[in-house]
Amino acid sequence: MARIAGVDLPRGKRIEIALTYIYGIGRSRAQEILGVCGVDPDRRTQDLSDDDVNRLRRTIEGNYKVEGALRTETSMNIKRLMDIGCYRGLRHRRGLPVRGQRTHTNARTKKGPRRAIAGKKKATKK
Amino acid sequence: MPRSVKKGPYVDERLLLRVETMNSRGEKKVLKTWARASTISPEFVGHTVAVHNGNKFIPVYITENMVGHKLGEFAPTRLFRGHSGKLADKRAKAI
Repeated sequence: MARIAGVDLPRGKRIEIALTYIYGIGRSRAQEILGVCGVDPDRRTQDLSDDDVNRLRRTIEGNYKVEGALRTETSMNIKRLMDIGCYRGLRHRRGLPVRGQRTHTNARTKKGPRRAIAGKKKATKK
Repeated sequence: MPRSVKKGPYVDERLLLRVETMNSRGEKKVLKTWARASTISPEFVGHTVAVHNGNKFIPVYITENMVGHKLGEFAPTRLFRGHSGKLADKRAKAI
């Protein structure tokens, strides 16, 4: 069982894809890591030797910020924006899009499911 | 897209000059400014700058974390108190 940075890698997948199950590693980083470690990206996780897995683990833990540490950094960055009271921080506080997108319509990713507005009449079909 | 590195950060020259003279004299006065587009440079830390929001001056106390942001980010230009309705009426009374 390959366990890297506190995540169990799926056994049956190509290692290039399996590495992306770690938070903070996507396709391009996975390829970069495999290149450094000299592991063939087409091999399956279960076919790797313990030595390969150890090399991958050392590379990842030594050079990249992943999982918990990365999540903490991101939330600290957002917290900093909120604490200094700048415009981006205010938008984070209100749960609205931060980068100037329109909010008249859309913006559902940030705002969440639509809420019914009290006292608003529904459009009736003629 | 961020500003070109070649040009360096935009800091309003007159504002920077005023801050520097205040630093050399050890003064602390509130500076009124319209230079919302000016980046906050490290010299500003510890001063209070009154930034215009189009209506009035908003006092902004500069801390170390704010360096690199623009002055305008700290003086919102829009005031949104919510939409109309029963809830909004209650809120309006509270204010």
